[in-house]
Amino acid sequence: MANADSNHASIGAVVAGFGLSLVLTALSFASVMSGLVPRDQQLTAIVVLAVLQLLAQLVFFLHLGTAPEQRNTTVIFILTTLLIATVVSGSLWVMHNANANMTPMQMSVEMAKSRE
Amino acid sequence: MNMSIQMQDLGVDHLPSVDHAEHHEHDAGKRTVLGFWIYLMSDCLIFASLFATFAVLVGNTAGGQTGKELFDLPCVAGETLLLLLSSFTFGIAHIAMQRQQRGSTVGWLIATFVIGLGFIAMEVHEFAGLIAEGAGPSRSAFLSAYFTLVGTHGLHVTAGLIWLTVMIHQTLRFGLDGMVLRRLACLSLFWHFLDLVWICVFTFVYLREAI
Repeated sequence: MANADSNHASIGAVVAGFGLSLVLTALSFASVMSGLVPRDQQLTAIVVLAVLQLLAQLVFFLHLGTAPEQRNTTVIFILTTLLIATVVSGSLWVMHNANANMTPMQMSVEMAKSRE
Repeated sequence: MNMSIQMQDLGVDHLPSVDHAEHHEHDAGKRTVLGFWIYLMSDCLIFASLFATFAVLVGNTAGGQTGKELFDLPCVAGETLLLLLSSFTFGIAHIAMQRQQRGSTVGWLIATFVIGLGFIAMEVHEFAGLIAEGAGPSRSAFLSAYFTLVGTHGLHVTAGLIWLTVMIHQTLRFGLDGMVLRRLACLSLFWHFLDLVWICVFTFVYLREAI
């Protein structure tokens, strides 16, 4: 009766997840705020750190993995990431092209407002 | 549920059927958690479309202030720390509940609630500051997208806080029985999931804008 969910968490996993997340968060903020990372590499740095932190929390807090009782959630999650990648990258691609190919507007915001 | 209780009342004579009933309930609990996981993944898609919208509109400031000028990174770091800490306290509560320690579970859930409330307070303060500066959601497409994305996350956390109070009450009222454990397992997933979304928020909204 005691286990409505089969994923038995351990203190070790929670502490490890928390510690890793703290370090990765600190590194993310430091790489932008400290100025130690060159500006053109900051975006790469924070994206890599965010992905690492997402993975750390998925494994230690949400108990994703390859064990038989974890497989269902893991497969559903991977499918969702594919959908998310499609939605986000597709939107950005389509909207970038729509923006780049738009007829130029020879009108400033002030001019548009004064015509009302 | 009622079935299994009745069958347990029948006692030792019917041990095989009791096992059978418990097995069924165990499966039902697993199915509930899996179903909740599928809901969370659909919620993920909502956030994905809001992130995509934000990414498309981020440059459209209509001559107003950009994120670099508006966002206060130390404040965001504070919010991040609070949410992470609340994820940690919920993790500890999860362990206490698996060990059937009712008092400790309630204690850690209350800690999670207080820290979560702190996060919401900081966010409301941040939003109020922006609106007072004249950078409300109606100022530009960038700010509309920003308030929708971060506000949706904030509403989720608020819903999580309401759910937390309900579960604290149910734990005290009913104890850590199968039903309460199942609901707490779902809430645990929900709470950790919100922390995952926040990682994307502070990376792709706040830090990316500050570069």
